[in-house]
Amino acid sequence: MYYMTKKLIQVKNISKQFPGVLANDKVSLDIEKGEIHAIVGENGAGKSTLMNIIYGLYEPTEGEIFFEGEPVEINSPLDAINLGIGMVHQHFMLLPSFTVAENIVLGTEPRKNRIFMDFKEAVSRTEELSKTYGLKVDPYRKVESLSVGIQQRIEILKVLYKGADILILDEPTAVLTPQEAEDLFNVIRKLVKDLGKTIIIITHKLQEVLAISDRVSVMRHGKMIGTLETKDADEQILAEMMVGREVLFEKLHKEKIPKEKVLSVKGIKARDNRDLIALDQVSFSLNAGEILGIAGVEGNGQSELVEVLTGLRKMEEGTFTVKGIEVFNKSPREIRDLGIAHVPEDRLATGLSSEATIWENMLMGIQHTEPYAIKGIHMNKKKIMERSDRLIEEFDIRTPTGDLPAGNLSGGNMQKMVIAREFSFNTPILIIAQPTRGVDVGAIEFIHSQIIEKRNKGAAILLVSADLDEIFRLSDRIITLYEGKITGEFLNGEISKKDIGLYMTGKHMDLAGRGASNE
Amino acid sequence: MQEERLNKRQVKGMLKQVLNLTLIQHTIRTATPLILAALGGLLTEHAGMLNIGMEGMILLGSFFGVLGSYYFGSSLAGVVLAGLVGLVVGLIFAIFVIDLKSDEFIVGIAINIFAGGLTVFLLRSIFGVKGAFSSPDIIPLPRLNFPGISSIPFLNVILNNHSIFVYLSWIFVALIYIYLYKTPYGIWLRASGEYPEALETAGVSPKKMKYIGSIVCGILCGFAGSHLSLGYLTLFTENMSANRGFVALAAIIFGTANPIKTFAAALMFGFFDALGIRLQVVGVPSQFTQMIPYVATIVALFILTKRQLAKKKRDREGAA
Repeated sequence: MYYMTKKLIQVKNISKQFPGVLANDKVSLDIEKGEIHAIVGENGAGKSTLMNIIYGLYEPTEGEIFFEGEPVEINSPLDAINLGIGMVHQHFMLLPSFTVAENIVLGTEPRKNRIFMDFKEAVSRTEELSKTYGLKVDPYRKVESLSVGIQQRIEILKVLYKGADILILDEPTAVLTPQEAEDLFNVIRKLVKDLGKTIIIITHKLQEVLAISDRVSVMRHGKMIGTLETKDADEQILAEMMVGREVLFEKLHKEKIPKEKVLSVKGIKARDNRDLIALDQVSFSLNAGEILGIAGVEGNGQSELVEVLTGLRKMEEGTFTVKGIEVFNKSPREIRDLGIAHVPEDRLATGLSSEATIWENMLMGIQHTEPYAIKGIHMNKKKIMERSDRLIEEFDIRTPTGDLPAGNLSGGNMQKMVIAREFSFNTPILIIAQPTRGVDVGAIEFIHSQIIEKRNKGAAILLVSADLDEIFRLSDRIITLYEGKITGEFLNGEISKKDIGLYMTGKHMDLAGRGASNE
Repeated sequence: MQEERLNKRQVKGMLKQVLNLTLIQHTIRTATPLILAALGGLLTEHAGMLNIGMEGMILLGSFFGVLGSYYFGSSLAGVVLAGLVGLVVGLIFAIFVIDLKSDEFIVGIAINIFAGGLTVFLLRSIFGVKGAFSSPDIIPLPRLNFPGISSIPFLNVILNNHSIFVYLSWIFVALIYIYLYKTPYGIWLRASGEYPEALETAGVSPKKMKYIGSIVCGILCGFAGSHLSLGYLTLFTENMSANRGFVALAAIIFGTANPIKTFAAALMFGFFDALGIRLQVVGVPSQFTQMIPYVATIVALFILTKRQLAKKKRDREGAA
């Protein structure tokens, strides 16, 4: 029996059946006391489902959970909290219009006279907690006014306030800058070493796994593939376990293309949806056969920049020229006709229509042109289907037929569909935003190679991505954007990921200062 | 010259007849059912449900208030019955919207249509009358008089001799305000509307909070109905609620679901209602005076929904 071992949580043969999907298939997992246990896997591998079962949000279809050797039933988050299990969700579970203190004590509020909320006590407990764990927060601030990094801090404090000894962190670094991620890792190490907590961290970033965890478990297609000591693992091994075949992280071959300026942006100023200035005097140029990466923490003007360049957002000042033709607030159709294709950042909201079929989605943008529309009105179904089927084949979109609603495709295949459509227009300029967000490793490889192929054929590509690894892997040149302003421009190889993080957060002045003092 | 002076005097006289203490008194009276219903509705609003079924809940409250009072010979029995029926309808609304995930708009409309049909049917089958039922056996709600202020003419007219629900509704405003903003339960209710998943992960069932909101809303709407049929007049007429549920909804939206602001908005709508009645006294055609509260509602809603639409658009674009 297990009474004498350190095994804190044991999951045995857990299965979870969702309508049409077996999300967990006889999954077993051991968590030891005081370890940092990473769980990795592609999107849809069942990591989050497993954690939600341990946290009592989902009920398993079958299987057992043991806590300190005893079988337990975790039917609600309350049961999990009582066992000392806390979870920091990928999407923060914070109430935007409430204060930090109110969020932290939610559910177990301190009270006056048994029925009244004791706000003072909530604030002082928050301050105390903040001091104990070295996580600084302002208890009076409303959550909606705080940055993502701080919000995550609040989430962690919230879980600690509930007395959690085991913290489950679901993709905690997905929304953080490299600096913030480094801070988070320090907090995690401190929680484990100094305070004896146990951490389960879900991620798909392999470098993070290697940097922080003691042990790592790999999931694939709802199954647990295996658990190994992190010191015995490397990226190659983990990637293979995740994907189930060999993944080549080979260097992408880039051909030299003669420089020719095709897009030049001058002094663009634009506002965001809240009417605040989102882009301020943004100027840059883009050459044929070049990938220009825009690096920045989300919400610093990247989305607005893409929208301006594709005609989806009006600019107040400035202009841009496409192959010498000046553009000021032209319509998306006019801009497309000038030769700009666009892979939007949010495929579900703007990239495709999930209720329309795949072939209909493939047609969007050229539905009014010959030979697909005879005389501009009559659909030429044969030509349309031929093209759609060819693209499905070429871009390896996994679907039995092109006649299904696009919403039936998995995230990766949806993205491949959008990319297939936009790339097929053969425009000289491509604006690509978040091309691999929420896409699995196999599809990432494919999409990256397609982007490089386009570049090698002479297309000018503007790449916006929140994933710094992606920016560094693909870009020839990198621009950093911070609060709507360009804070730096580098050739790839000139700067480290760590230093570029400073430019992305407006702290490059410190860097400059440090450099000056070194001289 | 002389004619003109006469006109001025006439106008002055008319104004005096309209703008006097009775207007304030009427405002308080007509606002009370709006206040009660709006207080209930703002709870569902905070719990993230748009309840347009309030209209039907009020109507049912009116009918069952009369029924209870008539059969048991006690206004308290009428109020209790009205509250119970409200509770049941609130529960039905909750089951459909929360558990069966029906569209809240459709459920609300269904409740309204059902209430209209049921009251007409019961009016005929129980009391055997068409249109309206009135009887000396219907016991009205008690009216309160505070002897301390009866000697002060101004306060006497405004504050004395109201039905008991007038005073209760003011107490409810304070209670609900305290509940929403000073107790953990109020925080949970608001959280269940703003971000139910956050509340659930904190170990509190958002469903439970939504149920509570919907049920209390039903009870308060039942009270509002019983005030209508037992407060000043003691009778039930078909479609007695006369769109007060929707006006209450307008008050909630106008008062941004804050109990005190909603109370003020309900008083404002009550004022326009009372103004309409007073204008009738001085000979303004009733077709016009009856329009006043609705025109006021439409104007108020127009201003507000415009603001809300702008916000929604911002939010949606912000999310995308």
